[in-house]
Order: sequence, then structure tokens, then C-alpha cells
Amino acid sequence: MAERVGLLVFSDGSVLQGKGLGASREGVGELVFNTSMTGYQEALTDPSYAGQVLVFSYPLIGNYGISAQALESRQCWVNGVIVSEAAAHPFHYESTNTLDAFLQAENVPGIAGLDTRALVHKIRAGGVKPVSLDVVDASEVKMRTKQLLAIAKNFDYSAINFVEKVCVPNTTTFIPEQADKTVVLVDCGAKTSIARNLVERNCTVHQVPYNTSAKDILALKPDGVMFSNGPGDPEQLHTTVSACKELLGQLPIFGICLGHQILGQALGGKTFKLKFGHRGSNHAVQDVNTGKVMLTAQNHGYAVHKIPAIADEWLVNCLDGTNEGLTCDKYDAFSVQFHPEANPGPYDANSLFDKFLEKI
Amino acid sequence: MTRNKRQFDYSGTQACQALKEEGIFVVLANSNPATIQTDLGTADEVYLEPLTPDTIKQIVLKEKPDSVLPTLSGQTGLNLAVALKEFFVEQGVRVIGTSVKTIELAEDREQFRNLMLALGEPVPPSQRVKTLDEMKAACEKIGLPVLLRPDFCLGGEGTLFLTNMDDLKEKGEYCFRISGTHQVLVEKSVYGTAELEYEVIRDANDNCITICSMENMDPVGVHTGESIVVAPAQTLSDDDHQKLRSSAIRIVRALGVQGACNIQFAMDQKTGQYWIIEVNPRASRSSALASKATGYPIARVAAKIALGYHLTEIQNRITGSTAAFEPALDYVVLKIPRWPFDKLGLNEPIGTSMKSTGEAMAIGKNFEEAMTKAVRSLDMKSTNVLDNPSYVATEKRLFHLIDQLKIKPIEEVQSATMINPWFLHKLKNLSATRTGLVDFAALQEMPAVFNMVDTCAGEFEAKTPYYYSTQFATRNESYPSKRKKIVILGAGPIRIGQGIEFDYCTVKAIQALRENGFETIVVNNNPETVSTDFDVSDKLYFEPLTVKDVQRIIQNESPIEGVLVQFGGQTALNLAAPLQALGNTIMGTTVDDLDRAGDRKQFKELMDSLLIPTVKSAVCRSKEEALQVAHTLQFPLLLRPSFVLGGRAMYVVKNLLELEHRIEESLMISDGKPVILDEFLEDAIELDVDCLGDGHRCFVAGILEQIEEAGIHSGDSACVLPAQRLQPHILDRVRLYAERIVTTLKVKGFCNIQMAVKNDDIIVIEVNPRASRTIPFVSKAIGLPLAKMAALIQADALTLENISIPQSHHVAVKACVFPFKRFPMVDPLLNAEMKSTGESMAFGHGFAEAYLKALNAAGQQFGPSVMVGDCGKHTEKIRTAFATAKIQCVDDYHQAAFVVSTATGEPNSALRRQCVRDGKSCITSYFAAVILAECLAENPAFNLIALSEVHPDEDANPSDNENG
Repeated sequence: MAERVGLLVFSDGSVLQGKGLGASREGVGELVFNTSMTGYQEALTDPSYAGQVLVFSYPLIGNYGISAQALESRQCWVNGVIVSEAAAHPFHYESTNTLDAFLQAENVPGIAGLDTRALVHKIRAGGVKPVSLDVVDASEVKMRTKQLLAIAKNFDYSAINFVEKVCVPNTTTFIPEQADKTVVLVDCGAKTSIARNLVERNCTVHQVPYNTSAKDILALKPDGVMFSNGPGDPEQLHTTVSACKELLGQLPIFGICLGHQILGQALGGKTFKLKFGHRGSNHAVQDVNTGKVMLTAQNHGYAVHKIPAIADEWLVNCLDGTNEGLTCDKYDAFSVQFHPEANPGPYDANSLFDKFLEKI
Repeated sequence: MTRNKRQFDYSGTQACQALKEEGIFVVLANSNPATIQTDLGTADEVYLEPLTPDTIKQIVLKEKPDSVLPTLSGQTGLNLAVALKEFFVEQGVRVIGTSVKTIELAEDREQFRNLMLALGEPVPPSQRVKTLDEMKAACEKIGLPVLLRPDFCLGGEGTLFLTNMDDLKEKGEYCFRISGTHQVLVEKSVYGTAELEYEVIRDANDNCITICSMENMDPVGVHTGESIVVAPAQTLSDDDHQKLRSSAIRIVRALGVQGACNIQFAMDQKTGQYWIIEVNPRASRSSALASKATGYPIARVAAKIALGYHLTEIQNRITGSTAAFEPALDYVVLKIPRWPFDKLGLNEPIGTSMKSTGEAMAIGKNFEEAMTKAVRSLDMKSTNVLDNPSYVATEKRLFHLIDQLKIKPIEEVQSATMINPWFLHKLKNLSATRTGLVDFAALQEMPAVFNMVDTCAGEFEAKTPYYYSTQFATRNESYPSKRKKIVILGAGPIRIGQGIEFDYCTVKAIQALRENGFETIVVNNNPETVSTDFDVSDKLYFEPLTVKDVQRIIQNESPIEGVLVQFGGQTALNLAAPLQALGNTIMGTTVDDLDRAGDRKQFKELMDSLLIPTVKSAVCRSKEEALQVAHTLQFPLLLRPSFVLGGRAMYVVKNLLELEHRIEESLMISDGKPVILDEFLEDAIELDVDCLGDGHRCFVAGILEQIEEAGIHSGDSACVLPAQRLQPHILDRVRLYAERIVTTLKVKGFCNIQMAVKNDDIIVIEVNPRASRTIPFVSKAIGLPLAKMAALIQADALTLENISIPQSHHVAVKACVFPFKRFPMVDPLLNAEMKSTGESMAFGHGFAEAYLKALNAAGQQFGPSVMVGDCGKHTEKIRTAFATAKIQCVDDYHQAAFVVSTATGEPNSALRRQCVRDGKSCITSYFAAVILAECLAENPAFNLIALSEVHPDEDANPSDNENG
């Protein structure tokens, strides 16, 4: 079999070649990086990565294979994967596959053998930029490069409604063995760990599509509402923000990541796009009242600012001072920019689910 | 407070700096002179005194400190804190950092076990026992195999693996004997499971973070200090990793640690089940490794936490944010231990106790790259495994596995070694090219660039001047500055004959050059050292010390002023000629003159021309030649390879038969260079003369008189400054010879000359134109920063005009620390091959006080009774000496407080090994025995002597004067 070439083309015209990985197909998206040293499979299946091409800064990816336990949604959502080295011989008792085979099965193109640290620097210096990639035969490189450049140039991340693509099409309900409370999880691209954390705390979870109205949500008679993580530009989600606004004061609300940005907007705040986002497992956030620090899992390209007077800034990022959490006592609502459900990432903030349970 | 463990100079020094930054007056107690922390300047006051509870009490009473910080200096600090806890309370001295209560909780296995059970954290089933019968019952209940763990022991010392009830009595008795509390824990063995470690930091605000995960390639059963270790952990899923991380944090919180803590886990990688196997609430070898692997200054942060700062209030000087973050790595770190088996003539299996003397660390983009760089960094003569084709864990198993994987299936190797197949696949990748160390070296030929260790995987802009080379990156991140740059070569892993004293010299050189405006660029690969702290130099390259690796760095930094090779022991000096051949400037003494000293033939011609007597000797390159030239010399002969440090493969042979027996090993070690046969001067006094030269002048800094007689390696001999047994006219002639040699060789920098004196005869044995292992000792004894001066001379920033030795009224003695306790099969008889792994230093108002204190600090104890065994023709003289000193000579071993035995062969060797096993002091040299008797006869008082008392004018430092 001929050597498969992984071709990466930037919208600025620069081109990199590596070894083909995963599916031989074209992919296009915003190039982002994640600095976690573990958790590649959870990241690949995190719906928040829809529309993005993901670079792992840790050079050895795939060491412990692929397992049924590490899926964060029903499929892979990234549009492309770039690694330094993809493990050919993973070993783990839960592993059933290699990274390469998994990406092939998921129909996701990838490239191995690139200098991922150099890519991280490029993103850090120039901000996130569209790229396209393909896994091709060596003879096709020249021809495909031109086509891929056009594809990359035409890509506009903020113009696409990814949430619509990744959320559940219809309400899905999870019932614990012993149901104490009911929570509606508004799915903007939720990781399965969110519903799992709620079910583990004896909550019946109705996972509803992102554009479900406040009336329909209330009709499910929940004790509290959660807004999930998800991809894309938060300022596009008018219906979800309106629903959230309507629910304020009627029920306790907990937002995660995109859900934080939705609550922030519902309370009158704004969001803005970060130069290259926060994606990793080592971001410290500090409680502005107690000075205490949690290490958190992060995956976001936008952040909340101009927090309205009705809410309080609760948590800030220790590295760049951006907002990481807010509370609104008046409406019994709170939200965080990071991922208390972890997977991947540290469990430090897992108790936020308990905090939510106390409210409902 | 700290002690003789090599890795703690890094943590102690970092802690001193962190405390001094806050305006705190730091008093440091440590008996190891070869440390940066025991320099006035690092600490405000230094006590080179034995680290006993009594000494610490005296220091506290004299200095009246507000607080004591015991957790940045290893196990000794912890033990002292526990022993003195009531005294500290009485004196109103606070223990800062992790509390004594926490230390006791973590150290007492039963209390710790109960805490773990309360937290729901799994520990292997265990039971504490006080008698052999209890031990037997416990073993039966728990089921073999078990580990026998004595309480309060350092580095897994004494932990034994019991697989067979027949061994219970012998192993059990040993454990009871060495246990601090005469109690032993019998613990279910998790042998063969994966071993993982986490470095955790917690502050008083309960903020708790993990700095680094580390995975041992060798499964449980091989002590982590003996294992090949990678960072971060490679085979853990995110779920596994977060489970262990959360567990580590829960434990550290429950213990109430304030500072750094190391937690070791075992994990069954067939099920994901884990157990906590050890917790160390202090700076450790692993925290040094984690610190260098990540760039996170663990000791510095721990010291700030001890002062009450929260992580969010401590600045991360790399990214400008706070210390409250967890490093993200975008490279693989690999550590390989360095063992002394070659020097001790052993090929022992490695296991649950620490036998290695040092370690090399390497950084690469993948496992294979890190591994090949680490192997190069070991600076081993041979990785030949023909003599040991076995799966049993030994020093050379790694190379054996790589060879085996060429032909054997992974499954077979895995079931024999229990090593995770992920690692075996990686080793198999290496086996594709390896036919010896040569092929590992071949990988060096590929182009490489330098990447930065920045703690954040490139996410933020960082300014760490800390680099590693990689062939798997495209961007070079190490830009040369326009400043005047000097490359300083470090010494690599610590081994017998090349200890921490060379790192001391390296660091002093860096300091002097920085103070004088040079940009200092350091190349080293030893994670346990001060020189590999990235903020000690202007730039640190964590790289192997081979010609090609160093040349790549020089090319990247070019133009440079030159390379300093005199500080990093023989490892660095050996690179002088090949680096010069590549067109580089070697600073200081020229390569030709280095050769004139190092090459036997040229050396002999030089001494003859200077009319200086030398040992009659001959050189050979083959066995036949050796037997032939031996006829021209008089036995006994000293046999040694040229260009090898620390007396490796050095033997005294009494006749042709013995020569024939030993010559082959020496030839092999010598690696193409000739082997030397010296006539050997019996019962002579040996001298180590440490000098500096500036190209024209000679400064004799110290004439060290060795206590043990010639024939015992100078590195194993105690020594005293000033000399005690030599007449003034002898000392004058020693100085004269030294001056002639130093000026003729146009030495610029160091020159160490070994001489032997018998009656009125002086002969020169050897000339080493580099830093010697006695430089830190002499510097502290005379109060001049010799290594700083040597560096400045080589950089043409200092001359020796008007330098003289400051007045001192004290006598300084250096004694040696030996690793025999870890090698029960080795005869502790001192001979021409160096065996010591550390040293202690003490001052006294007279010789007897200094000598006895130094021996105490080295762990030697002498009671009122001695057993004088076979000492050949000296037996009676030694008995008489002790009798005169009113030390009772007894014939019963058990009644004797200590033993003297100097004759070779059995049963003398067995007697000495018995002493090692029982922890009884054993004198193995005639001179040392007689001198000890004289000192004991004098029965001097022990005075507490601060370093500032010895050198009240230390501030008059020529390196500082030069620039101002």
C-alpha cells in the first residue's frame, strides 16, 4: 500500500505534510490545540469540538487505545486530528482499538508526524485560523493542496450553527434506579458525563434539544434546569438565551461552558471570542471570595464579559483573569466556564453538581 | 537542616534562596561540605556538624531560631524533627511547613494505614509485628509473597521481599535490627503491578495541586530509585490518571501536608485496581526529578508555603502568573539510575532497596528519543550484556531486553518481566537498530533543534532558559544572545569517584562568571543537582555530555568565548581534546598541557625534567606486555587504567600470578588507552595538594594530609587540613614541587597533585589538571571560593597576584561515607578502588576534635571497647595504641563497640561484613586505627563551630573584588 500523506492547508496558504492518519477524506475547521496529556478519546467525542481541527500538544497520543468507557457522545465530532505520534501498539485493559482504526471507523481524517509544538505556537501567535486537511496518496498532493486552500479560505466558523447538528434530535430521558429529583438538561452539545453525573445523584434527566422553549421545559416539571456545553458562537443562540431568560427566577439554573455563556447573556452580559481559547486540563480557577483554587478541565473559545450588576463574578482564571464562573442569587442561578463533569480532566470541581442538587 | 543525600542539595539550596528572598535569616545544619547550601551566602549561617539530635539542640540554643524547616532535606530532617519535637516546643521553636504530627502520621505505617482505611483509600493488607513469631503468623495470614518493611528507614533501606518461609528468620531478624522502632510491617506484596508516583503540593488554604505523574517502567518489586522512570505517566487512561490524582489529593489533604508530598501507587493494569504503597511528606528524589521534568520549582514553592504563602500568592517566574497551576508537558522525560556495580565488582540484581548512586535524565519528543539520550547520558563504558543474559532485573537488563525483543515475542518478554507491553513495543523499536551503544549514538547524526521546557506546553509565552534537543521538531527555540558566552560542562550522573562535589564546583563557576558579566551556558543531565536548576545559569541545556551533543549546543550558541571543562570531573575533561579538534576554544589549561599531565609517558618525562621523583612505573597495552614490563619493576604493583576516574579497576598485585588475574579487566575498562603499573610505596602518607594556576603563578590552596596510608584510594581516605604529621621542610618541598608542576604546565584553573611521603622522600603520584573532589572541602576549610577563582582565571578575569590563605585557628577534617550497608556481600576493606559515595566535614580547635566529629558525622561510633582482629604485622601495634588510650581490647565480637581488621582474605572479610550488617564501626586501615586511638586517648571536648567563626572575613571574596 502506498504511503498515505496527511496534508494540512492553512487559509493563509501555508502547507504542512505529515503521515496520514484515520480516514482518507477531507476535513475543514478552526485549528485549535489542547494541552491535556490524557483524555484524547473524550476530547475527540466532545461535541464542543464540532467544526474544529484538534492539535494535541502532548506528543504521544493513543497510548492506552480506545475504549467504550471513554465516549463523551455518540460519535467523533472533530473535523480533523493532528498528533506528533499516534500509538501503533496501545495497551490498556479497556482498550479495543487503536487511534488510527477509531478515526477510520469514525470517518475523521488525521495527520501524524507534525511538529505539534510549532502548531501551538502558530495558533498562540496568530489566533485560531481555518484549516483544511486530507489524507491522500502522494501523487495527489499537488492537486489537493489547491482545492484544500479554497476550502479553508471559505470556512467561517461563526457562521455555522453547530449546536443544531450536535444536540439530541428529540428529548431523551435517563432514569436512575431511585429518582429523587428531575432535571432538564438543555442540550447544546452535551457531553454524556453531565447526564451521568446527574443520574448518579438520583436525578431523572430529560435531555432536550437546544431550541426547546421555556414552556416545554416547564412542562417536564423539573426541579432545576441545566444548560450544557457545546460548540459555536454563543451569540447566535437567540432562542436558547430567550428560554433561559424566561426561566430565570422560576427554577434553579446551572450552566456549564456554553451554558455559562447562555446564562451570562440571559442576565444581560456579553461574550467575546478569545484569541486561541482555553483547552486543557490544567487551568486553575480561583474563587474570588475564598481565594481557593480548583484545577479544571477547559474547552472554550469564547468567554463572558461585561457581567451585569444583577450577577456576581464568582470564579476567575488564574492565568489570564477571564471570567470562569458567575452567580446570581436573586434568580438562584450559577454557571461555570469550565467542565465540572471532567472526562477528560481533573475531578476538583465535581462537587458543583452537589451544589446544584442542594438548590433544587 | 539537611544531610548527606545527594538530591537534597537542590532542594535545600532552592529553599534557602526562597527564604532569604523574604528577608529571613537562614541557619543551615549539614555535615556535607560538597553542597552549595553549606556555603555562607546560600545560607546566612552554616554548621558543618554531625546531624544528631544533640548537635541540633546546641545549634537551637545558640542561634535561637524562630522556626525550623525539616521537610526539605529528606528523611534525616524528618527523623530529627520527630526526635526533637518536645525540645522544639520547650524552646518555643515552631516547626514550619508540614507539621511533626503529619510527619508521624505519614511515617507510622499503622497510623497511616488506619487513615487510608478511614478515607476509603486502598492499601495492601498488612500487619505490624514485634517478634519473629508474630511475623510468622502474619505471613501465614496475609499469604506470601510479602514485603518486610522496617519503620523509619530511608530509600527502601532494609525492605525485604519474602517469598519463602525458610528465609523468614534471617530476613526478619535483619529487619528488626535496622528498624528505628524495632517494629516491622509485614505487607502483602503487590509485586509485578505498575508503579506510579504523584508529586503533590498543598498550601495552608487547602489549595492542592499535582505537579507531575511519573510511571516506573520496572513494575513494583524494583524500588522507584532503581527503576527507569518516565514522566508523565504513559499508559494511564484519563480515568486512571484522574482517579490516582484525586486519591493523591485526598490523602495529602487528610494528612494536612503544607508543602510537597510524594505518593506512590501500585496499579493492577488488568483491572485498574490501585493501592497506595508509600507517602513521603517531604522533598525527595522523586520531587527533584519532577521539578526538573516539569520546570516547576517544587522546593522553592514548598519553602514559600512553609512561610504561610498560598499558591496563588507565589509567583510563577516562568509564565508570570501564579504557582497555582499544573504543568503541561509536550515532551517525554526519562530517568535511568546509575549503579556502582562496576566499581564494587558486583553484578547484583536490583530490587526493593536503593543501590544506585545517581541518575541521568533525558528529554525527548518520544520515548525512543528520551531513552537513547538517557543511555548516552549514563556515560557507561559498556552496555555489553553478554555476561548477564537474564530477565532478572539488573543494571543491564534494559540492554538485554532490547536485544531479546529482536527475536522474542512481546508476550514472552512481558510474562517474564511483567513490564507493560507499551514499553516493550517501544524497546522493540530501539532493537531494530541496536547492536551496541554505538547505534544509539548513531541517532545523534540526525539534525535536531532545541525546544524549551516551559511548564505549559507552549500555551503561554514563557521565558525559561531551559532547553532540550529533539529530532522531532522544526522550530529552534534557543536563540543565541549577543553577550559574551561561556559553555560550562557538568559532570552528569553521580557515581563513585564523581560525586556531588563536581556539581558544587560547576555551580560556583557559574556564579562567578555571571557576577562578572558573562552569559553562562550549562550542559548537564543530572536531575539531582543545583546546576540543573534553570535559574542558576543563564541557559541550561539538559543534554547528554558527549562530543556530538555538546558540539550541537556550541554550534547553536556560536560565537562563544570558549568551553570550561575543568569543573565537571573526568566526564567533562574527557571532552576537551575532541571538542578542540572540532575547532572549539577550550578555556584554561591547554589541551596539550592537559595531555602532558594525563598521559603517563609525557607525565614521566615532565617529572624527570623537573627533577621531581615519581613512582617507578610502566605502561602496557596488552596482557603479554604487562607480564613483560612487570619484570623491570618491584612488586607490589598498583595496576590502573589511565584516564579513568575514581580508581576503577585499580588493584594492588603482589606477584605475577595476581597481575595475570587482574590485567584483562583493567585493559577492557581502559578502552584502548594504556594501563599503568606503578611500584607501590608501603606505609607512606599520601597527600592531596590542591592548587590554582593562572598561567604564570601557582597558588597552593591546601596540602591535605590523608589519614589512611598510601594504597588506599585518596577518595576513600579521611584527610585533614592543615597537615598534622609533616615537618615544615617537607611541606616546603611539597609546595616547591607543586609550584614547579603548575607553572611548567601553565595551569590555568585547577591542579590537584597527589604525592606520597615516606620519611624524607616525597614522590609525585599523579597530576589532575581539573577540579578535584576535595575542592569544596578546601574552600570551606580555608575560606576562599576556589572554584569561583578557577572559573575567573580561565575567563581571564582574575590573576593570582596577592592571593593568600586567610588565617584560621581551626583544624578541618573530611571523612568518607560508604554505601556498604546496601551491599552486604561487599568486603568493606578499603583499597585502591574507590568505594565511598559521600563525605562529611567537621571543624575542631584541634585535630582530635575535628577528626572524631567528622567520623561521627559520617555515621561512625566508637565505644570503650574494641576488637582488634587480624591486622597482619601491625596487630600488636594497634592493640598497644588502644590500650594506651584506655580502650579495652576484647576478643569477643559481641562485647566490642567497634572493630579493627585490616588483613585480606577470610575470615577477616566475613568479620568486616558482619560489622556492616550489625552497623558496627570497622576500621580497616593501620594508620586510621592508630590515629583513632590517639584521638580517643586525647578525649577532646566537642565544640559547636559555626562556619562564620572559622572565617570571620569571608566577605573579602576575590571574585567580587575583581569587577568592582
